Amino acid sequence: MSSYYESTDLAKFGQIGEHGKALADEFFKYYGMVTGADGALTRREKALIALAISHSEKCPYCIDAYSTACLEAGANPAQMMEAVHVAAAMKAGITLVHAVQMKNHLDKLVL
Amino acid sequence: MIQSIPLRALAPAPPDELPRHDFDSLLQARGLALPPLGITTLQVNITKMCNQVCRHCHVDASPKRTEALSREGVERCVELLADYPEIRTLDITGGAPELHPDFEWLVARARGLNRHVVVRHNLTVTFDGHPLTGASLAHLPDFFARHRCEVVCSLPYYQEFFTDAQRGDGVFAKSIAGLQRLNTLGYGRAGSGLSLNLVYNPVGPYLPAAQGVLQADYQRELMARFGIEFNQLYTITNMPINRFRLHLEKSGQYTGYMDKLLGAFNADAAAGVMCRTLVSVGHDGRLYDCDFNQMRDMPVTGAGGRVATIFDFDFAALMRRQIRFASHCLGCTAGAGSSCGGATT
Repeated sequence: MSSYYESTDLAKFGQIGEHGKALADEFFKYYGMVTGADGALTRREKALIALAISHSEKCPYCIDAYSTACLEAGANPAQMMEAVHVAAAMKAGITLVHAVQMKNHLDKLVL
Repeated sequence: MIQSIPLRALAPAPPDELPRHDFDSLLQARGLALPPLGITTLQVNITKMCNQVCRHCHVDASPKRTEALSREGVERCVELLADYPEIRTLDITGGAPELHPDFEWLVARARGLNRHVVVRHNLTVTFDGHPLTGASLAHLPDFFARHRCEVVCSLPYYQEFFTDAQRGDGVFAKSIAGLQRLNTLGYGRAGSGLSLNLVYNPVGPYLPAAQGVLQADYQRELMARFGIEFNQLYTITNMPINRFRLHLEKSGQYTGYMDKLLGAFNADAAAGVMCRTLVSVGHDGRLYDCDFNQMRDMPVTGAGGRVATIFDFDFAALMRRQIRFASHCLGCTAGAGSSCGGATT
């Protein structure tokens, strides 16, 4: 069965430059500078952040890519799972903090 | 010309190699040449027998393998060390090299010639003993210390999960006990002069993390959790041959892994590959550029395709040889490089 997401499509990411090379080149240069080297954050820390975002944004390409990137930066499954829990906790917190908005509105509505 | 005894016909190259993975073509395209620089290490794969059956093993070693260097071959290796002072290091590997009946004789003779002896020790054989005879090998740590061997031990990670996944259930616990035993003898301790180095292999088709970063992790974690000290960590890339290649092919990851290695090709790493400074000896006495060529049946050959062996060892001719490359060499030249001594950059 065909799918919108094929793991082999990840290798085609660079092909986005076929329709807008200059913008693609700038993006990939920036992307490489941010994720590909140690800076104020280590490559491992960046890979774990990216892995967490991959889950919160539900991107299967990114989950594959950054699971590998985390291992290649020396991370272990416990660290990777904890990063996903950070994403999950943030999602839960973001949902729940909107309850304040609900309560504010309730305060307006209720006599 | 390298004179040698004909042993058997060369095996053809595997038929399924993609042209883009051809290593000689890659070197040519990059304008690189990698001639021998010296022969400072004689690496002897003394037996393919091992008490373990690791999933990544490029030797396909197991308790069922019986190939072993003859006594005559072992004695010839000692003669070579005596004849060629340029060969400063004897690197004994396998399998589990300690399972060879002449292992301890070889170590003692090489040390008697004042050669540096490296033993590639899997840590568990000390506890498991000989897989066929059941003979105890509990004396090995003391033996290593008495002969002041450098001990190089595989430990895929500082946690149980990765280690047992690659090397088998219970291996991590035995490895930790083995390292603690070596530490009590002075191995890995500052000022002892007894070198204890660890080897990291990825537990799948990905590249190792930076060697220095991982070494710091290992040192911190092994000390905090188990009080273990060691000298250096060597990161080694998994070679796409034998058992690991079979896993890659079965799981549909072979071409992807080869492309990853190709994409990470590093000319600086290539300059430091170990085949430029060692020769490898097989269980039948044939010579190879490295242990990986040995497992792919790619021996050193002279004119007419005659195979070079330890019995007609010609140092000068070996220095003039053309090192044989194939697609698996991408494993040694990817990223920071890989060798039996870790990263090459």
